Amino acid sequence: MAMNWNGNFDEQLARAREAGRPVLLDFSAAPM
Amino acid sequence: VWPDPRVADVVEQYVPVRVHVKDAEEYQRLSTQYGAEWTPTMLMLDPGGTERHRVEGFLPASELVPHLEFGAARIAFSGGDHERAEQRFRHVVEAHPESEVAPEALYWAGVSRYKATGDKSALQQTTVAMRTQYPSSPWAKKASVWDPARS
Repeated sequence: MAMNWNGNFDEQLARAREAGRPVLLDFSAAPM
Repeated sequence: VWPDPRVADVVEQYVPVRVHVKDAEEYQRLSTQYGAEWTPTMLMLDPGGTERHRVEGFLPASELVPHLEFGAARIAFSGGDHERAEQRFRHVVEAHPESEVAPEALYWAGVSRYKATGDKSALQQTTVAMRTQYPSSPWAKKASVWDPARS
Protein backbone atom coordinates (compact mmCIF):
# COMPACT_ATOMS: atom_id res chain seq x y z
CA MET A 1 0.00 0.00 0.00
CA ALA A 2 1.56 3.28 -1.09
CA MET A 3 1.31 6.25 1.20
CA ASN A 4 0.99 9.78 0.06
CA TRP A 5 4.11 11.35 1.57
CA ASN A 6 4.76 14.94 0.79
CA GLY A 7 8.14 16.65 0.74
CA ASN A 8 7.06 20.25 1.18
CA PHE A 9 6.99 20.76 4.91
CA ASP A 10 5.89 24.39 5.07
CA GLU A 11 3.01 23.78 2.70
CA GLN A 12 1.86 20.70 4.58
CA LEU A 13 2.17 22.38 7.98
CA ALA A 14 -0.02 25.21 6.75
CA ARG A 15 -2.54 22.64 5.55
CA ALA A 16 -2.41 20.81 8.88
CA ARG A 17 -2.84 24.04 10.85
CA GLU A 18 -5.87 24.98 8.82
CA ALA A 19 -7.44 21.54 9.23
CA GLY A 20 -6.40 21.13 12.88
CA ARG A 21 -4.56 17.91 12.03
CA PRO A 22 -1.29 16.57 13.42
CA VAL A 23 1.83 16.20 11.29
CA LEU A 24 4.13 13.20 10.99
CA LEU A 25 7.59 14.42 10.01
CA ASP A 26 9.90 11.62 8.88
CA PHE A 27 13.63 12.25 8.50
CA SER A 28 14.77 9.51 6.17
CA ALA A 29 17.87 8.16 4.47
CA ALA A 30 16.13 5.12 3.03
CA PRO A 31 16.77 4.30 -0.64
CA MET A 32 14.44 6.38 -2.78
CA VAL B 1 7.94 -0.96 7.48
CA TRP B 2 6.16 1.67 5.44
CA PRO B 3 4.20 -0.54 3.09
CA ASP B 4 2.84 -2.38 6.12
CA PRO B 5 -0.94 -1.79 6.15
CA ARG B 6 -0.95 -1.51 9.97
CA VAL B 7 1.41 1.45 9.71
CA ALA B 8 -0.45 2.96 6.75
CA ASP B 9 -3.72 2.93 8.70
CA VAL B 10 -2.33 4.89 11.62
CA VAL B 11 -0.29 7.26 9.44
CA GLU B 12 -3.62 8.34 7.94
CA GLN B 13 -4.33 10.17 11.19
CA TYR B 14 -1.51 12.55 10.30
CA VAL B 15 -0.48 14.83 7.49
CA PRO B 16 2.68 12.90 6.53
CA VAL B 17 5.82 14.70 5.40
CA ARG B 18 9.08 12.98 4.52
CA VAL B 19 12.40 14.85 4.35
CA HIS B 20 15.17 12.88 2.72
CA VAL B 21 18.89 13.43 3.40
CA LYS B 22 19.37 13.78 -0.33
CA ASP B 23 17.18 16.86 -0.28
CA ALA B 24 20.14 18.54 1.39
CA GLU B 25 18.94 22.09 1.90
CA GLU B 26 15.51 21.17 3.29
CA TYR B 27 17.00 18.37 5.38
CA GLN B 28 19.56 20.73 6.91
CA ARG B 29 16.93 23.36 7.68
CA LEU B 30 14.39 21.05 9.30
CA SER B 31 16.86 18.77 11.09
CA THR B 32 18.40 21.86 12.70
CA GLN B 33 15.03 23.35 13.55
CA TYR B 34 13.82 20.15 15.23
CA GLY B 35 17.14 18.78 16.51
CA ALA B 36 16.90 15.60 14.44
CA GLU B 37 20.39 14.14 14.53
CA TRP B 38 19.96 10.70 13.02
CA THR B 39 17.83 8.77 10.57
CA PRO B 40 15.30 7.45 10.74
CA THR B 41 13.80 9.99 13.13
CA MET B 42 10.08 10.46 13.22
CA LEU B 43 8.43 13.45 14.85
CA MET B 44 4.78 13.80 15.74
CA LEU B 45 3.84 17.46 15.65
CA ASP B 46 0.70 19.21 16.78
CA PRO B 47 -1.16 21.32 14.19
CA GLY B 48 0.96 24.33 15.19
CA GLY B 49 4.18 22.47 14.39
CA THR B 50 5.31 21.82 17.99
CA GLU B 51 6.87 18.41 18.59
CA ARG B 52 4.87 16.19 21.00
CA HIS B 53 6.56 12.83 20.51
CA ARG B 54 9.56 11.39 18.68
CA VAL B 55 10.92 8.02 17.63
CA GLU B 56 14.64 7.82 16.88
CA GLY B 57 15.95 4.76 15.05
CA PHE B 58 14.16 1.94 13.28
CA LEU B 59 11.24 0.15 14.87
CA PRO B 60 9.33 -2.84 13.53
CA ALA B 61 5.68 -2.18 12.68
CA SER B 62 4.51 -3.86 15.89
CA GLU B 63 6.33 -1.15 17.90
CA LEU B 64 5.99 1.75 15.49
CA VAL B 65 2.18 1.56 15.34
CA PRO B 66 1.72 2.06 19.12
CA HIS B 67 4.21 4.95 19.05
CA LEU B 68 2.23 6.65 16.28
CA GLU B 69 -1.00 6.15 18.24
CA PHE B 70 0.69 7.40 21.39
CA GLY B 71 1.83 10.51 19.52
CA ALA B 72 -1.74 11.23 18.40
CA ALA B 73 -2.85 10.88 22.03
CA ARG B 74 -0.15 13.32 23.20
CA ILE B 75 -1.28 15.78 20.55
CA ALA B 76 -4.91 15.51 21.72
CA PHE B 77 -3.67 16.06 25.29
CA SER B 78 -1.64 19.14 24.45
CA GLY B 79 -4.60 20.48 22.46
CA GLY B 80 -6.65 20.32 25.66
CA ASP B 81 -8.95 17.52 24.52
CA HIS B 82 -8.34 15.39 27.59
CA GLU B 83 -11.29 13.04 27.06
CA ARG B 84 -10.12 12.09 23.61
CA ALA B 85 -6.54 11.88 24.84
CA GLU B 86 -7.57 9.42 27.56
CA GLN B 87 -9.41 7.25 25.01
CA ARG B 88 -6.36 7.22 22.78
CA PHE B 89 -3.89 6.46 25.55
CA ARG B 90 -6.10 3.63 26.79
CA HIS B 91 -6.35 2.27 23.26
CA VAL B 92 -2.54 2.02 23.15
CA VAL B 93 -2.54 0.03 26.39
CA GLU B 94 -5.41 -2.23 25.37
CA ALA B 95 -4.38 -2.86 21.76
CA HIS B 96 -0.61 -3.05 22.37
CA PRO B 97 -0.13 -4.08 26.01
CA GLU B 98 3.33 -5.51 25.38
CA SER B 99 4.68 -2.52 23.47
CA GLU B 100 7.46 -0.41 24.97
CA VAL B 101 5.26 2.68 25.05
CA ALA B 102 2.29 1.03 26.83
CA PRO B 103 3.38 1.87 30.43
CA GLU B 104 3.83 5.52 29.50
CA ALA B 105 0.41 5.46 27.81
CA LEU B 106 -1.16 4.06 30.97
CA TYR B 107 0.44 6.86 32.99
CA TRP B 108 -0.85 9.56 30.67
CA ALA B 109 -4.30 7.97 30.48
CA GLY B 110 -4.58 8.56 34.22
CA VAL B 111 -3.32 12.13 33.91
CA SER B 112 -5.79 12.78 31.08
CA ARG B 113 -8.66 11.45 33.17
CA TYR B 114 -7.63 13.67 36.07
CA LYS B 115 -7.38 16.67 33.77
CA ALA B 116 -10.79 15.92 32.24
CA THR B 117 -12.61 15.34 35.52
CA GLY B 118 -10.58 16.91 38.34
CA ASP B 119 -11.00 13.60 40.16
CA LYS B 120 -7.82 12.71 42.05
CA SER B 121 -8.88 9.08 42.32
CA ALA B 122 -7.99 8.78 38.60
CA LEU B 123 -4.35 9.22 39.61
CA GLN B 124 -4.59 6.80 42.52
CA GLN B 125 -6.18 4.19 40.27
CA THR B 126 -3.29 4.68 37.87
CA THR B 127 -0.78 3.91 40.63
CA VAL B 128 -2.56 0.64 41.36
CA ALA B 129 -2.98 -0.31 37.69
CA MET B 130 0.67 0.47 36.99
CA ARG B 131 1.83 -1.67 39.88
CA THR B 132 -0.28 -4.56 38.60
CA GLN B 133 0.43 -4.28 34.88
CA TYR B 134 3.91 -2.75 34.61
CA PRO B 135 5.57 -3.02 38.02
CA SER B 136 9.13 -2.79 36.69
CA SER B 137 8.51 0.22 34.45
CA PRO B 138 10.03 3.64 35.26
CA TRP B 139 6.49 4.94 34.78
CA ALA B 140 5.36 2.85 37.75
CA LYS B 141 7.90 4.77 39.84
CA LYS B 142 6.54 8.07 38.57
CA ALA B 143 2.97 6.99 39.33
CA SER B 144 3.94 5.80 42.83
CA VAL B 145 3.71 9.38 44.09
CA TRP B 146 -0.10 9.11 43.80
CA ASP B 147 -0.26 5.99 45.96
CA PRO B 148 -3.41 6.31 48.12
CA ALA B 149 -1.53 4.61 50.97
CA ARG B 150 0.86 7.59 51.14
CA SER B 151 -1.83 10.09 52.08
